[in-house]
Amino acid sequence: MALHELTIAQLHEGLKKKEFSATELLTDVLQRIEQVEEKIKAFVTVTEDVAREQARRVDEKIARGEEIGPLEGIPAAIKDNICTEGVLTTCSSKMLHNFVPPYDATVMRKLKAAGVVMVGKANMDEFAMGSSTENSRFFPTKNPWDMGRVPGGSSGGSAAAVAAGEAIYALGSDTGGSIRQPASFCGVVGMKPTYGRVSRYGLVAFASSLDQIGPLTKDVRDCALVLGAIAGHDPMDSTSVPHPVPDYTASLEKGIKGMRIGIPREYFGEGIDAGVKEAVKKAIATLEDLGATCEETSLPHTDYALPAYYIIAPAEASSNLARYDGVRYGYRDETAEDVVTMFMRTRSEGFGTEVKRRIMLGTYTLSSGYYDAYYLKALKVRTLIKQDFDRALEKFDLLVTPTSPTVAFRFGERAADPLQMYLSDICTISVNLAGVPAISVPCGLVDGLPVGLQFIGRPFAEETILQAAYAFEQAAGTANLKPAL
Amino acid sequence: MREYEVIIGLEVHAELKTNSKIFCSCSTEFGGPPNAHICPVCLGLPGTLPVLNKKVVEYAIRAALALNCQIAEFSKFDRKNYYYPDLPKNYQISQYDLPIAYGGYLEIEVNGQKKRIGITRVHMEEDAGKLVHAGGDNLAQANYSLVDYNRTGVPLIEIVSAPDIRSPEEARLYLEKLKAILQYTDVSDCKMEEGSLRCDANISVRPVGAAEFGTKTELKNMNSFRALQKALEYEVERQIEILEEGGRIVQETRMWDERKGITVSMRSKEEAHDYRYFPDPDLVPLVIEREWVEEIRRSLPELPDARRERYIRDLGLPEYDAGVITASKALSDYFDRCLQYTRNAKAVSNWVMGEVLKYLNATGREMDETFPVPPQHLAGLVELIDKGTISSKIAKEVFKEMTETGEAPEVIVERKGLKQITDEKALAAIVEEVLAANPQVVEDYKRGKDRALGFLVGQVMKATRGKANPELVNRLLREKIQ
Amino acid sequence: MLSREQVEHVALLARLELKEEEIEMYRQQLGKILDYIEKLNELDTTNVPPTAHVLPLKNVYREDVVGEHMDPEKVLRNAPDREENYFKVPRIL
Repeated sequence: MALHELTIAQLHEGLKKKEFSATELLTDVLQRIEQVEEKIKAFVTVTEDVAREQARRVDEKIARGEEIGPLEGIPAAIKDNICTEGVLTTCSSKMLHNFVPPYDATVMRKLKAAGVVMVGKANMDEFAMGSSTENSRFFPTKNPWDMGRVPGGSSGGSAAAVAAGEAIYALGSDTGGSIRQPASFCGVVGMKPTYGRVSRYGLVAFASSLDQIGPLTKDVRDCALVLGAIAGHDPMDSTSVPHPVPDYTASLEKGIKGMRIGIPREYFGEGIDAGVKEAVKKAIATLEDLGATCEETSLPHTDYALPAYYIIAPAEASSNLARYDGVRYGYRDETAEDVVTMFMRTRSEGFGTEVKRRIMLGTYTLSSGYYDAYYLKALKVRTLIKQDFDRALEKFDLLVTPTSPTVAFRFGERAADPLQMYLSDICTISVNLAGVPAISVPCGLVDGLPVGLQFIGRPFAEETILQAAYAFEQAAGTANLKPAL
Repeated sequence: MREYEVIIGLEVHAELKTNSKIFCSCSTEFGGPPNAHICPVCLGLPGTLPVLNKKVVEYAIRAALALNCQIAEFSKFDRKNYYYPDLPKNYQISQYDLPIAYGGYLEIEVNGQKKRIGITRVHMEEDAGKLVHAGGDNLAQANYSLVDYNRTGVPLIEIVSAPDIRSPEEARLYLEKLKAILQYTDVSDCKMEEGSLRCDANISVRPVGAAEFGTKTELKNMNSFRALQKALEYEVERQIEILEEGGRIVQETRMWDERKGITVSMRSKEEAHDYRYFPDPDLVPLVIEREWVEEIRRSLPELPDARRERYIRDLGLPEYDAGVITASKALSDYFDRCLQYTRNAKAVSNWVMGEVLKYLNATGREMDETFPVPPQHLAGLVELIDKGTISSKIAKEVFKEMTETGEAPEVIVERKGLKQITDEKALAAIVEEVLAANPQVVEDYKRGKDRALGFLVGQVMKATRGKANPELVNRLLREKIQ
Repeated sequence: MLSREQVEHVALLARLELKEEEIEMYRQQLGKILDYIEKLNELDTTNVPPTAHVLPLKNVYREDVVGEHMDPEKVLRNAPDREENYFKVPRIL
């Protein structure tokens, strides 16, 4: 197998044993990018120079006989909404087409300390708003399993890069499913940690009360490794939690015998493709074979998650995205003669259709006279949704659902109708509203396209969902799936 | 003309004197080169997040307690959304429905009567940056503007009064008292000229006896106590005139134009304000522990009203003097320090109210550590008068010299030979000379022209360059003429 | 359904200059989304407290210590327009 086809854990062994150098590994990945990127278009920016320098430093360390950490020298893709000092961070928007952050996001500082080799900044839906990466202002990313289909979104570039071997792992961000849904579509592992587990400092905000950074990897072990590197308290993020970070790999092999798994019936109703349903049911059978007890349960307010989300997220976004006005950074309209017109033109031209749609929606629902009817109502429904999870997770160790109601869809298939597109997040959105952790692992193929299985856990019980996901992927043989490219 | 009642409410913003900004570690220092006190957080760069400075909460509580407020058990921050180039995120982090404190009051004295002005709320928020308008004299004429974000994120408290103020004068008294309290509690410098204390006013008028408030206007850009009173006086007249002519007041924001002495409507392209407040998801709620509040309460210093009472009760100062001195913490602290060196409080008070304030006003300064006469020097001067070493008149000369050289009064008196002549023999000789030189005046005095004596005293003083003890001169003259 | 005026008002609040066809498009799409959102009114939330934060965090502070400032040059490098060390914007009024 070529180096770019291996997992973090495998490559770490190879680096330690000096079977190859970090630079050789990087060269292999860069060659892979050279070979497939034209088709996939996973990256907004390929950062070869940065990567070469980082790999060289890891090699020097190895040469000095120093021990290297598990992520040291491993090539990674970083979603282009995570600030990287001195490296273009565009959010796939014309608005930030030229923005070079003067600082690193906390996760970047952590990854740098862990020896990351950053090969590029991954494409995404503009400002993380979308479910297909079709909303990138630069170009869409293709699904490595079928070039006619979307990779999912908004972290479509991150998921496609990992699936295509253009990076060994990637960071994404997840506000309503933006890590898990593309992971599901591209046949990789993707995790949204508990809200507060990973610092948001340096993640360009979409909806602050929902956003969370997480890993996209080839298998569950790698996911545990990356999560371990980026999790932890950050004094720069008031909403990050001062809990200690466990070694997430330690409990991976404990198995799931005796675990109680709830199957919320609302996730198997109308709108879920038959193929997906079947694959997930088969996966549930596998979990039972592994000794877990699976039992139907209910999250009664599931139907209300999407409407609540489409009040809360756009409202927060309308405020978060107000700062893009052409004064301090990014795009500016040069034709306006006064500041108000400059703001209006800059924003109209700098933002794409979907971003503007959500800004309009959020501005409307927060505006005078509507706050109680929309925003406050949504926050109350959020309470009910959270209570659903609290109750279910009191009884069960985990919940299992499909990650997405469908496999990857075709380009343009849902672009015309925003509501249709929003429905694609129906299985993932509640998790963000409740703030709980969830992971998507491939559970099989339907018509040659990957299907994702979602494990949802208690707050800060990432260990449990990793443990279950690992047991499942080992039994089902779905680790490190590779598309025929 | 009908009689009108004036209704005023003030919104005062005070910058808190913390070392660092409210949500990041940048310095709050005033001035400095443009955009030198900024970081990714206060510049609102994409991805950055606020973290609350604990001192800001402490100072807000401190000020609120001094203003007799209740401290909220549960408080939070909200975003106030509006677009302006000096606001880096195009929203201001402020407090909307759950401010840190509410329901307080302060007392002012109007025509010898104490009056309570309610304080509706005190809340914390971040300041915005500064715009420099270029290519024109003012905002309206400028071709373009320049933005300096140094002030962005400096902590503010906004203190909102109840609509209890009934005249422009009361408004000024309220603001003066508020400033004194904020200075006494040491939470703000309150320098109006540097913008660390800013005041907006809501004002309406209604016919006396009317049940409902009239339509109000909001006044901005008053940069001194005087300007506040003038602007309100102008606005009262303007509103009454409109009503008398049968017109309607338009609810709007008006700018005080200091030069022209009028308020001007600030109609802008901006639609009616819709700030779209919502809880800031980047900050977590505040649950204020009661022990902390009590600890802060215990640490409150003596406040202006209490100090004023003390001056009247313990030092026997007239109410007026006590009021003037305690209106400024710095002045009052200076006065208190003087009393460590002399017991003659009334004399020190006279000096502070007289020459000291005259000097400060003339030089346009405030009492601070650069004031050239340290307390022990002023006290020394008072002692020199009390001991009869110099006359009050000479003392004024000495004081002037003290402000110029920073020297101790004894040194100046010695150097310039200003000691009072109290030697009767030496003075008697001079008196004789003066009498001999002015026989006609002596005659006039003998014929009952009392004023003639004054002339003779003046001649003796002139001959001694003012150093003669005036009482002694008086006595000697009378004795010799008899 | 939203009126054209409502769409224009919201666009002004959000500082977006909409083209004629965008006004109509957003009018229809936002209308549809708002109709969908109406679904929440099926739920009685009278006694339900709102959840602004999913975490039970409170009182997160930093100490009042001055840290490093950023080199203004590093910041102004991203500025679309500048004059010396100021950000430059077109006239305000």
